[in-house]
Amino acid sequence: MTFEVGSGLSIGAILVTVIIVAAMLIWVERRLLSLWQERLGPNRVGYFGLLQVVADMIKIFTKEDWIPPFADKFSFVLAPGIIMGVILLSFSVIPFAPGVGVVDSNIGVLFILAMASLGAYSVMLGGLSSNNKYALLGALRATAQMISYEVFMGISMLGVVALTGSFNLREIVLAQSDGWYVIPQFVGFVIFLIAGIAESHRLPFDIPEAEQEICSGYHTEYSGMKFGMFFVGEYLGLVLIASLITVLFFGGWLGPAFLPPIVWFSIKVFGFIAFFILLRAAVPRPRYDQLMSYGWLFLLPVSLINLLVTGAIILSIQ
Amino acid sequence: MILLFYIAGAVAIASTVCVILQSNIVHALIYLILSLLAVAVVFYVLGATFAAILEAIVYAGAIMVLFLFVIMMLNLGQRSQDQEKSWMDAKAWIAPSIMAAVLLAQFLNVLSQYDYDLVPAEVGVLEVSALLFGPYVLAVELASILLLAGLVSAYHLAKK
Repeated sequence: MTFEVGSGLSIGAILVTVIIVAAMLIWVERRLLSLWQERLGPNRVGYFGLLQVVADMIKIFTKEDWIPPFADKFSFVLAPGIIMGVILLSFSVIPFAPGVGVVDSNIGVLFILAMASLGAYSVMLGGLSSNNKYALLGALRATAQMISYEVFMGISMLGVVALTGSFNLREIVLAQSDGWYVIPQFVGFVIFLIAGIAESHRLPFDIPEAEQEICSGYHTEYSGMKFGMFFVGEYLGLVLIASLITVLFFGGWLGPAFLPPIVWFSIKVFGFIAFFILLRAAVPRPRYDQLMSYGWLFLLPVSLINLLVTGAIILSIQ
Repeated sequence: MILLFYIAGAVAIASTVCVILQSNIVHALIYLILSLLAVAVVFYVLGATFAAILEAIVYAGAIMVLFLFVIMMLNLGQRSQDQEKSWMDAKAWIAPSIMAAVLLAQFLNVLSQYDYDLVPAEVGVLEVSALLFGPYVLAVELASILLLAGLVSAYHLAKK
Protein backbone atom coordinates (compact mmCIF):
# COMPACT_ATOMS: atom_id res chain seq x y z
CA MET A 1 0.00 0.00 0.00
CA THR A 2 1.43 3.37 -0.98
CA PHE A 3 0.91 6.71 0.63
CA GLU A 4 -1.06 8.66 -1.95
CA VAL A 5 -4.35 10.54 -2.15
CA GLY A 6 -7.24 8.22 -1.42
CA SER A 7 -5.24 5.15 -0.39
CA GLY A 8 -6.45 3.26 2.68
CA LEU A 9 -3.29 4.13 4.58
CA SER A 10 -3.76 7.83 3.88
CA ILE A 11 -7.42 7.80 4.91
CA GLY A 12 -6.73 5.88 8.13
CA ALA A 13 -3.81 8.10 9.10
CA ILE A 14 -5.80 11.28 8.52
CA LEU A 15 -8.83 10.02 10.46
CA VAL A 16 -6.80 8.91 13.47
CA THR A 17 -4.58 12.02 13.49
CA VAL A 18 -7.49 14.43 13.23
CA ILE A 19 -9.42 12.82 16.08
CA ILE A 20 -6.35 12.59 18.34
CA VAL A 21 -5.42 16.20 17.60
CA ALA A 22 -8.97 17.34 18.37
CA ALA A 23 -8.93 15.46 21.69
CA MET A 24 -5.49 16.76 22.62
CA LEU A 25 -6.70 20.30 21.95
CA ILE A 26 -8.70 20.10 25.19
CA TRP A 27 -5.39 19.94 27.04
CA VAL A 28 -3.69 22.46 24.73
CA GLU A 29 -6.51 24.93 25.24
CA ARG A 30 -6.43 24.64 29.03
CA ARG A 31 -2.63 25.01 29.15
CA LEU A 32 -2.55 27.96 26.76
CA LEU A 33 -5.40 29.74 28.53
CA SER A 34 -3.66 29.35 31.86
CA LEU A 35 -0.41 30.57 30.33
CA TRP A 36 -2.12 33.78 29.25
CA GLN A 37 -3.94 34.12 32.55
CA GLU A 38 -0.80 33.50 34.65
CA ARG A 39 -1.91 30.15 36.03
CA LEU A 40 -0.46 26.67 35.61
CA GLY A 41 -3.42 24.71 34.29
CA PRO A 42 -3.56 20.89 34.32
CA ASN A 43 0.02 19.70 34.99
CA ARG A 44 -0.36 16.69 37.30
CA VAL A 45 -1.25 13.67 35.13
CA GLY A 46 1.81 12.55 33.15
CA TYR A 47 4.50 14.91 31.83
CA PHE A 48 3.16 18.49 31.75
CA GLY A 49 -0.31 17.03 32.32
CA LEU A 50 -0.27 15.36 28.89
CA LEU A 51 -2.27 12.38 30.15
CA GLN A 52 -5.07 14.66 31.41
CA VAL A 53 -6.95 13.96 28.17
CA VAL A 54 -6.69 10.21 28.73
CA ALA A 55 -8.05 10.62 32.25
CA ASP A 56 -10.91 12.76 30.93
CA MET A 57 -11.67 10.18 28.26
CA ILE A 58 -11.82 7.34 30.79
CA LYS A 59 -14.11 9.47 32.94
CA ILE A 60 -16.44 10.41 30.11
CA PHE A 61 -16.68 6.83 28.82
CA THR A 62 -17.59 5.42 32.21
CA LYS A 63 -20.15 8.11 33.08
CA GLU A 64 -23.83 7.36 33.00
CA ASP A 65 -25.14 7.96 29.50
CA TRP A 66 -28.61 9.19 30.30
CA ILE A 67 -31.44 9.85 27.88
CA PRO A 68 -34.13 11.93 29.57
CA PRO A 69 -37.56 10.21 29.53
CA PHE A 70 -39.19 13.36 28.10
CA ALA A 71 -36.74 13.58 25.19
CA ASP A 72 -37.39 12.40 21.66
CA LYS A 73 -35.04 9.40 21.60
CA PHE A 74 -34.44 9.12 17.86
CA SER A 75 -33.31 12.69 17.27
CA PHE A 76 -31.63 12.90 20.68
CA VAL A 77 -29.27 10.06 19.79
CA LEU A 78 -28.85 11.18 16.18
CA ALA A 79 -27.81 14.78 16.94
CA PRO A 80 -24.28 14.28 18.36
CA GLY A 81 -23.50 11.81 15.59
CA ILE A 82 -24.34 14.37 12.90
CA ILE A 83 -21.78 16.94 14.04
CA MET A 84 -18.96 14.38 14.28
CA GLY A 85 -19.85 12.78 10.94
CA VAL A 86 -20.26 16.02 9.05
CA ILE A 87 -16.99 17.55 10.24
CA LEU A 88 -14.99 14.38 9.68
CA LEU A 89 -16.45 14.22 6.16
CA SER A 90 -15.35 17.81 5.57
CA PHE A 91 -11.76 16.76 6.26
CA SER A 92 -11.95 14.44 3.27
CA VAL A 93 -11.43 17.30 0.79
CA ILE A 94 -8.67 19.09 2.74
CA PRO A 95 -5.27 18.80 0.99
CA PHE A 96 -2.80 18.23 3.83
CA ALA A 97 0.32 17.89 1.67
CA PRO A 98 1.20 16.63 -1.83
CA GLY A 99 -0.05 13.05 -1.84
CA VAL A 100 -1.75 13.29 1.54
CA GLY A 101 -5.51 13.60 1.41
CA VAL A 102 -8.65 11.52 1.10
CA VAL A 103 -10.15 12.72 -2.15
CA ASP A 104 -9.07 15.20 -4.81
CA SER A 105 -12.46 16.70 -5.54
CA ASN A 106 -13.36 19.30 -8.15
CA ILE A 107 -16.11 20.62 -5.88
CA GLY A 108 -14.09 20.73 -2.66
CA VAL A 109 -15.08 24.25 -1.60
CA LEU A 110 -18.76 23.56 -2.25
CA PHE A 111 -18.54 20.26 -0.38
CA ILE A 112 -17.24 22.09 2.69
CA LEU A 113 -20.15 24.54 2.47
CA ALA A 114 -22.66 21.70 2.12
CA MET A 115 -21.26 19.92 5.15
CA ALA A 116 -21.25 23.16 7.16
CA SER A 117 -24.91 23.68 6.39
CA LEU A 118 -25.75 20.11 7.36
CA GLY A 119 -23.91 20.65 10.64
CA ALA A 120 -26.69 23.03 11.70
CA TYR A 121 -29.02 20.02 12.10
CA SER A 122 -26.91 18.69 14.91
CA VAL A 123 -27.51 21.66 17.19
CA MET A 124 -31.11 22.07 16.04
CA LEU A 125 -32.08 18.45 16.66
CA GLY A 126 -30.11 18.35 19.89
CA GLY A 127 -31.95 21.36 21.25
CA LEU A 128 -35.34 20.44 19.91
CA SER A 129 -35.33 16.80 21.05
CA SER A 130 -34.15 17.66 24.58
CA ASN A 131 -37.56 19.18 25.35
CA ASN A 132 -35.95 21.74 27.61
CA LYS A 133 -36.41 25.52 27.57
CA TYR A 134 -32.72 26.35 27.69
CA ALA A 135 -31.85 23.76 25.08
CA LEU A 136 -34.52 25.16 22.76
CA LEU A 137 -33.32 28.73 23.27
CA GLY A 138 -29.77 27.61 22.55
CA ALA A 139 -30.82 25.74 19.45
CA LEU A 140 -32.77 28.75 18.14
CA ARG A 141 -29.76 30.98 18.64
CA ALA A 142 -27.42 28.42 17.11
CA THR A 143 -29.57 27.97 14.02
CA ALA A 144 -29.93 31.67 13.32
CA GLN A 145 -26.21 32.19 13.89
CA MET A 146 -25.09 29.26 11.77
CA ILE A 147 -27.34 29.89 8.77
CA SER A 148 -26.48 33.61 8.79
CA TYR A 149 -22.71 33.23 9.07
CA GLU A 150 -22.70 30.43 6.51
CA VAL A 151 -23.69 33.07 3.95
CA PHE A 152 -20.72 35.33 4.71
CA MET A 153 -18.39 32.34 4.90
CA GLY A 154 -19.47 31.26 1.41
CA ILE A 155 -19.17 34.72 -0.11
CA SER A 156 -15.75 35.35 1.44
CA MET A 157 -14.46 32.08 -0.05
CA LEU A 158 -15.64 33.12 -3.51
CA GLY A 159 -12.88 35.73 -3.91
CA VAL A 160 -10.26 32.98 -3.63
CA VAL A 161 -12.24 30.73 -5.96
CA ALA A 162 -12.45 33.53 -8.55
CA LEU A 163 -8.69 34.15 -8.37
CA THR A 164 -7.89 30.45 -8.81
CA GLY A 165 -10.71 29.66 -11.23
CA SER A 166 -11.37 26.35 -9.51
CA PHE A 167 -13.33 24.86 -6.61
CA ASN A 168 -10.57 22.30 -6.11
CA LEU A 169 -8.74 22.97 -2.84
CA ARG A 170 -5.54 21.33 -4.09
CA GLU A 171 -5.45 23.68 -7.08
CA ILE A 172 -6.14 26.62 -4.77
CA VAL A 173 -2.99 25.71 -2.80
CA LEU A 174 -0.90 25.27 -5.94
CA ALA A 175 -2.11 28.61 -7.33
CA GLN A 176 -0.59 30.30 -4.28
CA SER A 177 3.00 29.35 -5.11
CA ASP A 178 3.68 32.95 -6.27
CA GLY A 179 2.09 34.52 -3.22
CA TRP A 180 -0.45 33.73 -0.55
CA TYR A 181 -4.01 34.88 -1.10
CA VAL A 182 -4.05 36.61 2.27
CA ILE A 183 -2.55 39.69 0.57
CA PRO A 184 -4.98 40.20 -2.36
CA GLN A 185 -7.88 38.79 -0.35
CA PHE A 186 -7.22 40.31 3.06
CA VAL A 187 -10.85 41.43 3.52
CA GLY A 188 -12.04 37.97 2.53
CA PHE A 189 -9.63 36.44 5.04
CA VAL A 190 -10.90 38.58 7.92
CA ILE A 191 -14.54 37.84 7.09
CA PHE A 192 -13.79 34.13 6.73
CA LEU A 193 -12.03 34.14 10.10
CA ILE A 194 -14.98 35.79 11.87
CA ALA A 195 -17.56 33.65 10.11
CA GLY A 196 -15.51 30.54 10.81
CA ILE A 197 -15.48 31.21 14.55
CA ALA A 198 -19.22 31.86 14.47
CA GLU A 199 -19.80 28.67 12.46
CA SER A 200 -17.97 26.51 15.00
CA HIS A 201 -19.63 28.52 17.81
CA ARG A 202 -16.43 29.05 19.73
CA LEU A 203 -15.93 31.88 22.18
CA PRO A 204 -16.45 34.83 21.69
CA PHE A 205 -19.37 33.65 19.52
CA ASP A 206 -20.49 30.81 21.79
CA ILE A 207 -23.90 32.45 22.19
CA PRO A 208 -25.81 29.16 21.61
CA GLU A 209 -24.19 27.64 24.69
CA ALA A 210 -23.56 30.74 26.81
CA GLU A 211 -23.30 29.19 30.26
CA GLN A 212 -24.14 32.35 32.19
CA GLU A 213 -27.41 32.93 30.34
CA ILE A 214 -28.87 29.63 29.19
CA CYS A 215 -27.20 26.82 31.18
CA SER A 216 -25.19 25.25 28.40
CA GLY A 217 -27.64 25.74 25.57
CA TYR A 218 -28.48 22.96 23.18
CA HIS A 219 -26.48 20.27 25.00
CA THR A 220 -27.91 20.96 28.47
CA GLU A 221 -29.55 17.52 28.66
CA TYR A 222 -26.61 15.58 27.26
CA SER A 223 -24.28 13.51 29.40
CA GLY A 224 -21.56 10.92 29.03
CA MET A 225 -20.15 10.20 25.60
CA LYS A 226 -22.95 12.01 23.77
CA PHE A 227 -21.85 15.22 25.43
CA GLY A 228 -18.28 14.17 24.66
CA MET A 229 -19.15 13.95 20.98
CA PHE A 230 -20.52 17.49 20.96
CA PHE A 231 -17.39 18.58 22.79
CA VAL A 232 -14.91 16.84 20.49
CA GLY A 233 -17.05 17.92 17.52
CA GLU A 234 -16.46 21.53 18.51
CA TYR A 235 -12.70 20.99 18.62
CA LEU A 236 -12.83 19.14 15.30
CA GLY A 237 -14.63 22.17 13.89
CA LEU A 238 -11.85 24.38 15.24
CA VAL A 239 -9.19 22.25 13.50
CA LEU A 240 -11.26 22.31 10.31
CA ILE A 241 -11.59 26.10 10.27
CA ALA A 242 -7.87 26.50 10.99
CA SER A 243 -7.02 24.08 8.15
CA LEU A 244 -9.39 25.89 5.78
CA ILE A 245 -7.84 29.27 6.53
CA THR A 246 -4.41 27.73 5.94
CA VAL A 247 -5.47 26.20 2.64
CA LEU A 248 -7.48 29.12 1.28
CA PHE A 249 -5.39 32.09 2.40
CA PHE A 250 -1.98 30.94 3.67
CA GLY A 251 -0.71 28.65 0.96
CA GLY A 252 -1.54 25.29 2.58
CA TRP A 253 1.58 23.12 2.68
CA LEU A 254 3.73 25.59 0.72
CA GLY A 255 6.81 26.92 2.50
CA PRO A 256 10.63 27.00 2.34
CA ALA A 257 12.04 23.58 1.51
CA PHE A 258 14.01 22.94 4.71
CA LEU A 259 10.90 21.48 6.35
CA PRO A 260 8.61 18.84 4.76
CA PRO A 261 5.24 20.15 3.47
CA ILE A 262 3.14 18.39 6.11
CA VAL A 263 5.16 20.14 8.83
CA TRP A 264 4.50 23.54 7.27
CA PHE A 265 0.81 22.70 7.13
CA SER A 266 0.78 21.65 10.79
CA ILE A 267 2.67 24.75 11.92
CA LYS A 268 0.23 27.08 10.17
CA VAL A 269 -2.81 25.19 11.45
CA PHE A 270 -1.49 25.20 14.99
CA GLY A 271 -0.80 28.93 14.75
CA PHE A 272 -4.44 29.61 13.92
CA ILE A 273 -5.68 27.26 16.64
CA ALA A 274 -3.54 29.15 19.16
CA PHE A 275 -4.96 32.41 17.84
CA PHE A 276 -8.53 31.12 18.34
CA ILE A 277 -7.68 30.12 21.90
CA LEU A 278 -6.15 33.56 22.54
CA LEU A 279 -9.37 35.14 21.22
CA ARG A 280 -11.28 33.15 23.81
CA ALA A 281 -9.05 34.54 26.54
CA ALA A 282 -9.13 38.11 25.26
CA VAL A 283 -12.53 39.01 23.79
CA PRO A 284 -15.87 39.17 25.63
CA ARG A 285 -19.02 37.63 24.20
CA PRO A 286 -21.29 40.00 22.22
CA ARG A 287 -25.04 40.10 22.75
CA TYR A 288 -27.18 37.97 20.46
CA ASP A 289 -28.78 40.86 18.53
CA GLN A 290 -25.38 42.55 18.22
CA LEU A 291 -24.03 39.42 16.56
CA MET A 292 -26.93 39.30 14.10
CA SER A 293 -26.93 42.97 13.12
CA TYR A 294 -23.14 42.97 12.86
CA GLY A 295 -23.37 40.06 10.44
CA TRP A 296 -26.14 41.29 8.19
CA LEU A 297 -25.47 45.03 8.28
CA PHE A 298 -21.67 44.99 8.18
CA LEU A 299 -20.20 41.66 7.06
CA LEU A 300 -22.66 41.05 4.22
CA PRO A 301 -22.12 44.37 2.37
CA VAL A 302 -18.36 44.24 2.94
CA SER A 303 -18.07 40.69 1.64
CA LEU A 304 -20.22 41.52 -1.41
CA ILE A 305 -18.11 44.60 -2.19
CA ASN A 306 -14.96 42.50 -1.79
CA LEU A 307 -16.31 39.97 -4.28
CA LEU A 308 -17.32 42.68 -6.78
CA VAL A 309 -13.97 44.46 -6.57
CA THR A 310 -12.09 41.16 -6.95
CA GLY A 311 -14.18 40.29 -9.99
CA ALA A 312 -13.65 43.73 -11.54
CA ILE A 313 -9.87 43.54 -11.05
CA ILE A 314 -9.68 40.04 -12.53
CA LEU A 315 -11.70 41.17 -15.55
CA SER A 316 -9.61 44.31 -16.08
CA ILE A 317 -6.34 42.33 -15.96
CA GLN A 318 -7.54 39.75 -18.49
CA MET B 1 -20.75 3.33 -9.93
CA ILE B 2 -24.03 2.01 -11.35
CA LEU B 3 -24.54 -0.03 -8.16
CA LEU B 4 -24.19 3.19 -6.17
CA PHE B 5 -26.89 4.70 -8.36
CA TYR B 6 -29.35 1.94 -7.54
CA ILE B 7 -28.53 2.00 -3.82
CA ALA B 8 -28.98 5.77 -3.62
CA GLY B 9 -32.21 5.53 -5.63
CA ALA B 10 -33.56 2.86 -3.29
CA VAL B 11 -32.64 4.96 -0.25
CA ALA B 12 -34.39 7.96 -1.78
CA ILE B 13 -37.59 6.03 -2.43
CA ALA B 14 -37.61 4.28 0.96
CA SER B 15 -36.98 7.47 2.89
CA THR B 16 -39.64 9.35 0.93
CA VAL B 17 -42.14 6.63 1.84
CA CYS B 18 -41.05 7.05 5.46
CA VAL B 19 -41.72 10.80 5.21
CA ILE B 20 -45.34 10.07 4.29
CA LEU B 21 -45.88 7.31 6.84
CA GLN B 22 -44.17 9.01 9.78
CA SER B 23 -46.58 10.74 12.18
CA ASN B 24 -43.87 12.51 14.18
CA ILE B 25 -43.14 15.64 12.17
CA VAL B 26 -39.49 15.98 13.22
CA HIS B 27 -38.75 12.38 12.23
CA ALA B 28 -40.55 12.92 8.94
CA LEU B 29 -38.33 15.92 8.30
CA ILE B 30 -35.16 13.94 9.03
CA TYR B 31 -36.29 11.35 6.49
CA LEU B 32 -36.96 14.11 3.97
CA ILE B 33 -33.40 15.41 4.44
CA LEU B 34 -32.10 11.88 3.95
CA SER B 35 -34.16 11.57 0.78
CA LEU B 36 -32.76 14.84 -0.61
CA LEU B 37 -29.21 13.74 0.16
CA ALA B 38 -29.87 10.44 -1.61
CA VAL B 39 -31.09 12.35 -4.66
CA ALA B 40 -27.87 14.39 -4.49
CA VAL B 41 -25.89 11.15 -4.61
CA VAL B 42 -27.94 10.07 -7.64
CA PHE B 43 -27.05 13.34 -9.39
CA TYR B 44 -23.39 12.85 -8.49
CA VAL B 45 -23.27 9.32 -9.87
CA LEU B 46 -24.89 10.51 -13.09
CA GLY B 47 -22.06 13.04 -13.52
CA ALA B 48 -23.92 16.21 -12.53
CA THR B 49 -21.58 17.07 -9.66
CA PHE B 50 -22.57 20.73 -9.46
CA ALA B 51 -26.29 19.91 -9.35
CA ALA B 52 -25.57 17.32 -6.67
CA ILE B 53 -23.73 19.70 -4.39
CA LEU B 54 -26.35 22.42 -4.94
CA GLU B 55 -29.05 19.92 -3.99
CA ALA B 56 -27.19 19.29 -0.75
CA ILE B 57 -26.49 22.98 -0.01
CA VAL B 58 -29.80 24.53 -1.05
CA TYR B 59 -32.41 21.86 -0.35
CA ALA B 60 -30.94 19.72 2.41
CA GLY B 61 -28.87 22.49 3.95
CA ALA B 62 -30.96 25.65 3.68
CA ILE B 63 -34.63 25.04 2.92
CA MET B 64 -35.01 22.10 5.30
CA VAL B 65 -33.26 24.09 8.05
CA LEU B 66 -35.99 26.72 7.70
CA PHE B 67 -38.68 24.00 7.89
CA LEU B 68 -37.15 22.69 11.10
CA PHE B 69 -36.84 26.25 12.40
CA VAL B 70 -40.58 26.80 11.95
CA ILE B 71 -41.39 23.46 13.58
CA MET B 72 -39.23 24.48 16.52
CA MET B 73 -41.35 27.59 17.04
CA LEU B 74 -44.69 25.81 16.60
CA ASN B 75 -44.18 23.42 19.54
CA LEU B 76 -46.15 20.51 18.09
CA GLY B 77 -46.53 17.90 20.80
CA GLN B 78 -48.16 14.53 21.27
CA ARG B 79 -51.60 15.90 20.34
CA SER B 80 -50.72 16.77 16.78
CA GLN B 81 -48.98 13.43 16.45
CA ASP B 82 -52.14 11.57 17.53
CA GLN B 83 -54.23 13.66 15.17
CA GLU B 84 -51.84 12.85 12.34
CA LYS B 85 -52.10 9.15 13.17
CA SER B 86 -55.90 9.27 13.14
CA TRP B 87 -55.86 10.62 9.60
CA MET B 88 -53.76 7.72 8.37
CA ASP B 89 -56.45 5.06 7.97
CA ALA B 90 -56.55 2.56 5.14
CA LYS B 91 -59.42 4.23 3.32
CA ALA B 92 -57.51 7.43 2.75
CA TRP B 93 -54.92 5.53 0.75
CA ILE B 94 -57.17 4.12 -1.99
CA ALA B 95 -57.72 7.11 -4.27
CA PRO B 96 -54.15 8.51 -4.11
CA SER B 97 -52.70 5.03 -4.75
CA ILE B 98 -54.79 4.57 -7.90
CA MET B 99 -53.84 7.97 -9.25
CA ALA B 100 -50.17 7.47 -8.43
CA ALA B 101 -50.24 4.04 -10.09
CA VAL B 102 -51.69 5.57 -13.28
CA LEU B 103 -48.94 8.20 -13.34
CA LEU B 104 -46.26 5.59 -12.66
CA ALA B 105 -47.55 3.41 -15.52
CA GLN B 106 -47.47 6.35 -17.92
CA PHE B 107 -43.98 7.29 -16.77
CA LEU B 108 -42.63 3.75 -17.22
CA ASN B 109 -44.31 3.56 -20.62
CA VAL B 110 -42.57 6.72 -21.78
CA LEU B 111 -39.22 5.67 -20.33
CA SER B 112 -39.31 2.25 -21.96
CA GLN B 113 -39.44 3.80 -25.44
CA TYR B 114 -35.93 5.27 -25.15
CA ASP B 115 -32.70 3.39 -24.86
CA TYR B 116 -30.05 4.98 -22.73
CA ASP B 117 -26.35 5.26 -22.74
CA LEU B 118 -25.43 4.31 -19.20
CA VAL B 119 -21.99 5.94 -19.29
CA PRO B 120 -22.45 9.22 -17.42
CA ALA B 121 -20.90 12.35 -18.87
CA GLU B 122 -19.46 14.65 -16.24
CA VAL B 123 -20.85 18.18 -16.31
CA GLY B 124 -18.58 20.58 -14.47
CA VAL B 125 -19.30 23.86 -12.73
CA LEU B 126 -18.04 25.85 -15.71
CA GLU B 127 -20.49 24.32 -18.21
CA VAL B 128 -23.46 24.89 -15.92
CA SER B 129 -22.45 28.49 -15.24
CA ALA B 130 -21.89 29.21 -18.92
CA LEU B 131 -25.42 27.97 -19.65
CA LEU B 132 -26.96 29.89 -16.73
CA PHE B 133 -25.39 33.19 -17.74
CA GLY B 134 -25.59 32.53 -21.48
CA PRO B 135 -28.85 31.30 -23.00
CA TYR B 136 -30.77 31.15 -19.70
CA VAL B 137 -29.78 34.54 -18.30
CA LEU B 138 -33.35 35.86 -18.56
CA ALA B 139 -34.69 33.02 -16.40
CA VAL B 140 -31.95 33.63 -13.81
CA GLU B 141 -32.82 37.34 -13.68
CA LEU B 142 -36.55 36.61 -13.37
CA ALA B 143 -35.90 34.16 -10.55
CA SER B 144 -33.81 36.72 -8.73
CA ILE B 145 -36.55 39.35 -9.10
CA LEU B 146 -39.03 36.85 -7.64
CA LEU B 147 -36.72 36.23 -4.70
CA LEU B 148 -36.29 39.95 -4.18
CA ALA B 149 -40.06 40.40 -4.10
CA GLY B 150 -40.27 37.62 -1.51
CA LEU B 151 -37.57 39.26 0.55
CA VAL B 152 -39.27 42.66 0.50
CA SER B 153 -42.65 41.24 1.48
CA ALA B 154 -41.11 39.17 4.28
CA TYR B 155 -39.45 42.31 5.58
CA HIS B 156 -42.74 44.18 5.41
CA LEU B 157 -44.60 41.41 7.31
CA ALA B 158 -41.89 41.17 9.94
CA LYS B 159 -42.04 44.90 10.60
CA LYS B 160 -45.76 44.84 11.40
